[in-house]
Amino acid sequence: MPKRRKLSRGVAVVGGGLTKLGLFKDRNCKDFFAEAFAEMVGSVDKGFDPKEIDAVYIGNFSNDFFVNQAHWGPIIADLLGVVPKPVTRTEGACASSALAFREGVLAIASGLYDIVLVGGFEQMSKRTTEEVAEGLAMAASPYEVAAGYTFPGVFGAMATAYFAKYGATREDLFNVTIKSHNNAPLNPKAQFPMTIRDFMNARIDRCRKKGEPVPEWKDEKDFLRDPGANPPVAWPMHLFDCCPISDGASCLLLVAEEIARNFTDDPIYVAGLGQGSGYSLHAKKDLTTYEATKYAAKEAYEMSGLTPKDIQFSEVHDCFSIAEIVHMEDLGFFKPGEAYKAVAEGLSRLDGPMPINTSGGLKTKGHPVGATGVAQLYEVWVQLRGKAGRRQVPKPNLRIGAAHNLGGTGGTCTFTILERR
Amino acid sequence: MEERPFNDTSYEQFLKELRIMGSKCKKCGALALPPRPICISCFGGEMEWVEFKGRGRLAAFTSITVAPPYMAKEGFGRNNPYVVGVVELDEGVKTVARIIGVDAKNPSQIKVGTPLEAEFLERGDGPEKKTILAFKP
Repeated sequence: MPKRRKLSRGVAVVGGGLTKLGLFKDRNCKDFFAEAFAEMVGSVDKGFDPKEIDAVYIGNFSNDFFVNQAHWGPIIADLLGVVPKPVTRTEGACASSALAFREGVLAIASGLYDIVLVGGFEQMSKRTTEEVAEGLAMAASPYEVAAGYTFPGVFGAMATAYFAKYGATREDLFNVTIKSHNNAPLNPKAQFPMTIRDFMNARIDRCRKKGEPVPEWKDEKDFLRDPGANPPVAWPMHLFDCCPISDGASCLLLVAEEIARNFTDDPIYVAGLGQGSGYSLHAKKDLTTYEATKYAAKEAYEMSGLTPKDIQFSEVHDCFSIAEIVHMEDLGFFKPGEAYKAVAEGLSRLDGPMPINTSGGLKTKGHPVGATGVAQLYEVWVQLRGKAGRRQVPKPNLRIGAAHNLGGTGGTCTFTILERR
Repeated sequence: MEERPFNDTSYEQFLKELRIMGSKCKKCGALALPPRPICISCFGGEMEWVEFKGRGRLAAFTSITVAPPYMAKEGFGRNNPYVVGVVELDEGVKTVARIIGVDAKNPSQIKVGTPLEAEFLERGDGPEKKTILAFKP
């Protein structure tokens, strides 16, 4: 008998919250989560009593290392006043809170719970950049680290394999960065709400004020080509190919489908979701694809009965520019070797046929790793509710959006499709 | 040699002996480097050791300018980048390794597909001594 791979019971998102992302050394994860939670409570159209929460799942990658505190379940239970309800932490590196979301969905679908809070948080600002890099490398494969790879290095290596296979160049990656930064000023929660033009002008102003020679760049690509403005990190990854270090928290309120309308007249339903695992670099059959993403996507498409053509917009994990390109292909939005051309043609712009990372992506919005998975789904939820303000996807009948989250160097990936009915 | 377990520790011990040793599944013949205790092709659990010749071609690479602390100790960093890559060995498996003998400061000139051969680098002294697998054109 073929496996059914369907949820036994429908699940809806009825509330959400996301902090402004950035570096906030004077605050901590409790502050962040309280902020996201307060927004979530206020976002539930018909109101709700937090006492009704049956269980909480929270994603956090490595506060153990970043702030020397582990065992966050009871800390969050205490913060929210949900003691003695169960709070479970999930860890999947940068996909930690997408796993929390998935566990929450499965818990409701199983019939065990009706109302579940899912979310995530991370504080990275209390460590130096070098220490953060060391902490993140804990999520890479031990073989990659032993050989001398850094996180950007693994993605850089994949980029060279992609370039060799399809004839793309570093210049093609610039289009991803420019596109994401064009969405950034439209997102009030973005860590860097600036276009590349804004960065160019800021630098020119700084040089003028300091009396230094004023740089002249023809256009955005010229700026990104300049190693003074965009220094190398791990070839071909340069500074503007890499997402920043961030603090923040996110949460969503999930409820069983049959009670969703007690909370809002506009619930957003989970149409399909999937999770996959992947090999580290040396064991990958193909260096230009993420098997974890493909598997997660296959699960989500099968569960939902949808195809890539049905997805109207998507958040795609862009920790590094090349990751966005490769994932756009692995998710089936574009054929292998075609995504970089699609980005160049503007197809993934906010006003294009397949908007990718309307939030500005991790690159500009910020990437507090444990918060990211649910932060991406928050963006999809906001868009489907038509509440994305200036970055609202300008499509009539916006009904189906998705979010793809990657953990580590591709070891854990999730894909989740949300639907407005 | 046959007494050693098929794991990462044995792989590293062999590297100290300047040998690139992986596993071969006795049931289906699948090769693995580093060695694996469980065959990921047929799930067989009986392995034998196989020595790799150390020749292959560059499948992917990066030149790292922002170095982690353990590489910075070797003197690598912003003004002295280093290259690591994925090498596809003639035997058909891949390995990740340091790439030497290429111009790390001009990574756009490094070509995927370049034929490479293994070289063993020794770092540290006494019990800290490690042998690192590298490849060069």
